[in-house]
Amino acid sequence: MKKFLDKSFMTALVAVFLGLVAGAVLMVLIGSNPFSGYLYLFRGGLMTIERVGNTLATATPLILTGLSVAFAFRTGLFNIGAAGQMLIGGLCATAVGLTLVLPKPLLLTVMVAAAILGGAAWGLVPGLLKAKFNVHEVVATIMMNWISYWTVYYVVPAYYKGAYLETESRKIPDAASLKVEWLTDLFGGSYINLGLFLAIVSVIVIAFIIDRTTFGYELKAVGFNRHASEYAGIKANRSIIISMMIAGALAGLGGATFYVGYASNIQIGVLPTQGFDGIAVSLLGGNSPWGVFGAALFFGMLHSGKGFMNAMTRIPPEIADTIIATIIYFSATSILIERNWDKLKKRMGGAK
Amino acid sequence: MKYVVEMLNIRKEFPGVVANDDISLQLKSGEIHALLGENGAGKSTLMSILFGLYTPDRGTIKVRGKKVNITNPNIANELGIGMVHQHFKLVHNFTVTENIILGMEMKKGIVLDTKSAAIKVKELSERYGLNVDPYAKVEDISVGMQQRVEIMKMLYRNAEVLIFDEPTSVLTPQEIRELMGIMRNLIAEGKSIILITHKLKEIKAIADRCTVIRRGKLTGTVDVAFTSEERLAEMMVGRQVSFSVQKEERQPGEVVLDIRNLSVLSSRKVLGLKDVSLQVREGEVLGIAGVDGNGQTELVEAITGMRKAQSGRIFLRGTDITDMSVRERIKAKMAYIPADRHKHGLILDYSIENNMVMKVYYQQPFSSNGLLNSDAIRGYARRVMEQFDVRSGQGPGASARSLSGGNQQKTIVGREIDQNPEVLIAVQPTRGLDVGAIEYIHKRIVEQRDNGKAVLLVSLELDEILNLSDRIAVINGGEIIDIVDADKVTENEVGLMMAGVKRGETA
Repeated sequence: MKKFLDKSFMTALVAVFLGLVAGAVLMVLIGSNPFSGYLYLFRGGLMTIERVGNTLATATPLILTGLSVAFAFRTGLFNIGAAGQMLIGGLCATAVGLTLVLPKPLLLTVMVAAAILGGAAWGLVPGLLKAKFNVHEVVATIMMNWISYWTVYYVVPAYYKGAYLETESRKIPDAASLKVEWLTDLFGGSYINLGLFLAIVSVIVIAFIIDRTTFGYELKAVGFNRHASEYAGIKANRSIIISMMIAGALAGLGGATFYVGYASNIQIGVLPTQGFDGIAVSLLGGNSPWGVFGAALFFGMLHSGKGFMNAMTRIPPEIADTIIATIIYFSATSILIERNWDKLKKRMGGAK
Repeated sequence: MKYVVEMLNIRKEFPGVVANDDISLQLKSGEIHALLGENGAGKSTLMSILFGLYTPDRGTIKVRGKKVNITNPNIANELGIGMVHQHFKLVHNFTVTENIILGMEMKKGIVLDTKSAAIKVKELSERYGLNVDPYAKVEDISVGMQQRVEIMKMLYRNAEVLIFDEPTSVLTPQEIRELMGIMRNLIAEGKSIILITHKLKEIKAIADRCTVIRRGKLTGTVDVAFTSEERLAEMMVGRQVSFSVQKEERQPGEVVLDIRNLSVLSSRKVLGLKDVSLQVREGEVLGIAGVDGNGQTELVEAITGMRKAQSGRIFLRGTDITDMSVRERIKAKMAYIPADRHKHGLILDYSIENNMVMKVYYQQPFSSNGLLNSDAIRGYARRVMEQFDVRSGQGPGASARSLSGGNQQKTIVGREIDQNPEVLIAVQPTRGLDVGAIEYIHKRIVEQRDNGKAVLLVSLELDEILNLSDRIAVINGGEIIDIVDADKVTENEVGLMMAGVKRGETA
């Protein structure tokens, strides 16, 4: 296991490095200095305590959607529906936050629970379809994305219309925000919120479930080989449904951290890109919970630094997106990297 | 006598393994030459080189005395080398003729000329005694007939040298005998044959010479007439092998597994098993003999709970288990060695230790309160591996995928027998294994019987059934044709029953 981690960690590092090199080439091609470009990109993400806070806040939903995709993947399922699960989670949390009047700790608890349940429901449907009718989860989760898109499109203007705009919900009251004063102050007024702790706890819990419990043993077994699991007496259908529900719940929680943490209202007509970025995060993180955590932080930094880079140099912020895309390419072709890595190691060993 | 094909000093290396190391094989014209070796010995690599799928690193190939460079299968075809694959490559809803001409269709203008092709097929069929109807659809003809279509494909392409890759593994004894007749006809017509196999009996029956390879190296080429089966086995494995399984006399005891009027649907939603009743008693091996696809899968899956019974009941030690889940049956001490070790028997991407606890991981001491106890799991896996001689280079933590076929099977056998089951259901327990591993697994199965356990053995290998069983139930078309005592029946009689002929009837 440790060996595997080491290897996928090295692969990720190489993918990141190659992505950065590709970004540098692009910067040179448009006539900019890549060194100052990267300097401002990283400074934009890390320069001040406030920017660090924003990096963490940007990373928070990515951790959870990445974890959602990674967890599903470890149990043999491909969850393309993190965006929809996240959106519906956000809607549930927002709806509770705008409706109930409760003391903050209690209200937040109910909101988070609502987000988790909403996401889980959005995972339950594809899970059931897969288990009972063998509908491929990729198809089902993509459909669920659009169901949540249109649900928000209808529900928000109908019940939670904003004060000035038809296209977004009212702002949630302070008592319903995952932002808390001490944390915001600690990070110089950034967007950071309690969602980060929820994300970290999720990483720990999921890592524990996957590696240490009989429950995780069953889920992984079904993911690796459904037939053999059934042979061993594991209820494969039940495992598939539960896996999808947990994956959905994680993405739903990610929605809460975004819509009632990072932001304070919900827009219609937008599927959150974090849902799809979760696939990239999971890939770069080698589908392991802590790998996802690291990858999400890195992507969070790129996202929150790119504005500063754009302001200080003439490099467009799209370069940062291109770097992310390139890194994804390199992680996706990680087998190539691994093979060359092995070859290189062999040659070095031979030289000694 | 002249050689048609000569492979001289062939060497082929794959990353990390030498698959063929300085191997030579010379095929005389008009002979049947057996190629014998354990799994992974390098037989298929050698033949793939001859067929143009791999290029050798070193060595030369001569065809009819001329040095050739076979870089792809088309060249092999042009040289008159044809291969009858173990898994047939036929289009099921095409006719025999359409299958045979596939890839080299005759045309009249732009219209396919199947008629004259069919005439040629008929001609070939009569000449070699193949007895194939050119207009029959492949899905409607028997497996033996399908194999003959494959042979015909080669003949149609004017192959002079035919390579048969394990041709008998899917046939009944009668079909095997027919195939041997066909092979003799081919030789009489001047063809030459290379027969890849690990069945010594067949080599003795039909081959002229035999080349044996072991772990990529040539052990030798011998005249079959002057070499005993024991000697061939020794050349293949590298040590002496005993064929007969030692069994103590035993009086069977009480009924353990009782199957009453069981009917089961097949995957195609028709009755695959019809009104079958069987009893397996303490200290007895009941063998199920039959050609593949005659209801064995349905029977076994209904007993083990992987498939629903349509009607009928199954009792284990008097308890009705018909509606129990798979796990409840495992708890009732039913062990099951499945036919397909990669699909059902193992989770290949899991470690060996995780595979060892596949059925018990949720119990003490392997877990408590839902938390896995990795020390207990590892310790247990170590013990079973030692006891059942599972050899893994990297210990119990290595993935099951990294094990050789024989060690994978021993992992399963170890896991199942270590449960101390009341009844052991073993399906094709030695499929694809080499002689050494077969010997070992047979010993452990008989040991179960000797310890007073009930064993239900399902196998397509008639030898295995005859060697291990106390009683034999012959299955055909989803029905039990007859149940006979193993020592009061001949191979021939069982073979006839496998084809659906009841005793007393004339074939």
